[in-house]
Amino acid sequence: MAEEFILIPGRTSRQGTTLNEGKYTDGYLDEIGTLQICTEDMQRLGLSDGDQVRMWNEHGEVTVPCKTSRGDELPPGLLFISYGLWSCELMGGETHGSGMPDSKGLDVFLEPV
Amino acid sequence: MSIAEATEGKTTELKIVKDATCTFCGCVCDDMELTVEGNKITKAKNACVLGKAWFFNHHIEDRPEATIEGEPVPFEEAVERAAEILTSATYPITYGLSDTTSESQRVAIAITDWIGGTIDTTTSVCHGPSGMAFQGVGEVTCSLGEVKNRADFLLFWGGNPAESHPRHFTRYSLMPKGQFVPNGRKDRTAVLIDVRKTKSAKAMDIFLQIKPRSDFELAWAMRGLAAGIDIDPDIEQITGIPLKTLKDVVERMKAAKFGVILFGMGLTMTRGKHLNSEAVLALARDLNKYTRFTAKPMRGHGNVTGADNIVSWSTGYPFGVSLTRGYPRFNPGEFTSSDTLARGEADAALIIASDPMSNFSNPARQHLAKIPSVVLDPKLSETAKVATVAFTTATYGINTSGTVYRMDDIPIPLRPAFESPYRSDEEVLKAIETRIREKQLAASAGG
Repeated sequence: MAEEFILIPGRTSRQGTTLNEGKYTDGYLDEIGTLQICTEDMQRLGLSDGDQVRMWNEHGEVTVPCKTSRGDELPPGLLFISYGLWSCELMGGETHGSGMPDSKGLDVFLEPV
Repeated sequence: MSIAEATEGKTTELKIVKDATCTFCGCVCDDMELTVEGNKITKAKNACVLGKAWFFNHHIEDRPEATIEGEPVPFEEAVERAAEILTSATYPITYGLSDTTSESQRVAIAITDWIGGTIDTTTSVCHGPSGMAFQGVGEVTCSLGEVKNRADFLLFWGGNPAESHPRHFTRYSLMPKGQFVPNGRKDRTAVLIDVRKTKSAKAMDIFLQIKPRSDFELAWAMRGLAAGIDIDPDIEQITGIPLKTLKDVVERMKAAKFGVILFGMGLTMTRGKHLNSEAVLALARDLNKYTRFTAKPMRGHGNVTGADNIVSWSTGYPFGVSLTRGYPRFNPGEFTSSDTLARGEADAALIIASDPMSNFSNPARQHLAKIPSVVLDPKLSETAKVATVAFTTATYGINTSGTVYRMDDIPIPLRPAFESPYRSDEEVLKAIETRIREKQLAASAGG
């Protein structure tokens, strides 16, 4: 059954280094295409590192592998993914007169595949 | 023989480039010592992990200098087609510019003026909302040199400098010994406000883990506390931060000799956007009733600050500027590229040193893929793939000289490491501008 989460796309050190190696390298695609979930939520959803999850909202949908976030970096209910092609699939075109689409703090649904 | 093959083996000398500048992130560290062997940088002394990745991975790539519809063409043919696209459009947009020199930015603005388009930069999806907030409440600003030499209180908000700006802590803010903070880290109090307990949290004295999308409420509660106004303890339910903790932080801010708020895109990209930035800028302004306090946005790309500066002194506004009526008009939401593309208004695009096909919203990307576009990029990107005309260009700072602006608006010169067989962004843009003017003058003479 799908659960509601808040998604924070953001920058990471590995994203920065692999970006320079090339946007079509395995390292970059792995970094921007892996969803981080906290230990508590991983256990509750019965997920293990590498399992596929489906994530969607009114703007789009992606299916990506997940992994447990570092230590206590994420609180329950919060997801993290590096900025890139997958996070953009969940961004809408509306900018509310600012020029900036909602790019962090996105409401999403998530379920294991 | 390809353009890259033609240069192979021609340059084998070993040289050291001192005081080179890293243009990967907004820190723009200008104390690099590069060891260059032929067309490769083999050592980058003083560079951080991101800087090393930047210097070691910008080789001469074997790509055609110019393509039309994906097919290699002579440079002049590509320039001609680019000029045709841009002069025949009714609503052309120019976008990107954060990873190129300020000299190139200047030419891109001139082109946009000649063709009556809109000029926008990656700022609009970065700290654009902060740019709007500056106009609303002003900016109590300072240089990173002042932060280094004076700041005894640092508040990082909505950012993770340990990963996004690795040398910020050691070179500019947290660790260095300064004139009025002789003991460096020991003389400073550091606070982080963020929704994630990132690597940056480990370097702080105080970490406030706020609930997502509560930055606005937290900043206003802090403004109230700074002004001596009673705040409802319910603020903890809204933000996740107990009132007692908040009072303690605000008292420390008021007691500081020189404080600075360094804020990231956790504020500008989240619901509230410019209102979040405005609240934080106003908090810094308010604190000047008690002490010296400043606020600076943590800027991402190497010359995104330059883009703001150059567009500002050219048009009067920092981003999202329409020149369609022959004079500048500023209106984020109307003239910003995310919007002109998502609404299907733009009918041609000039994209310089950025990749909106990888980071714009779905409707914006779908429209960009449909319209004719001219793209300049040193590397292959999703945007270059859909371009009508694509130019491979030299990498700024590694192959070309010029000027970039550090995140504190300080202009810094570039010292290139080795030559590229590809033209610089500035050279390509100047060629396009020249051809546009020739066509326009011929048309006006003929008409």
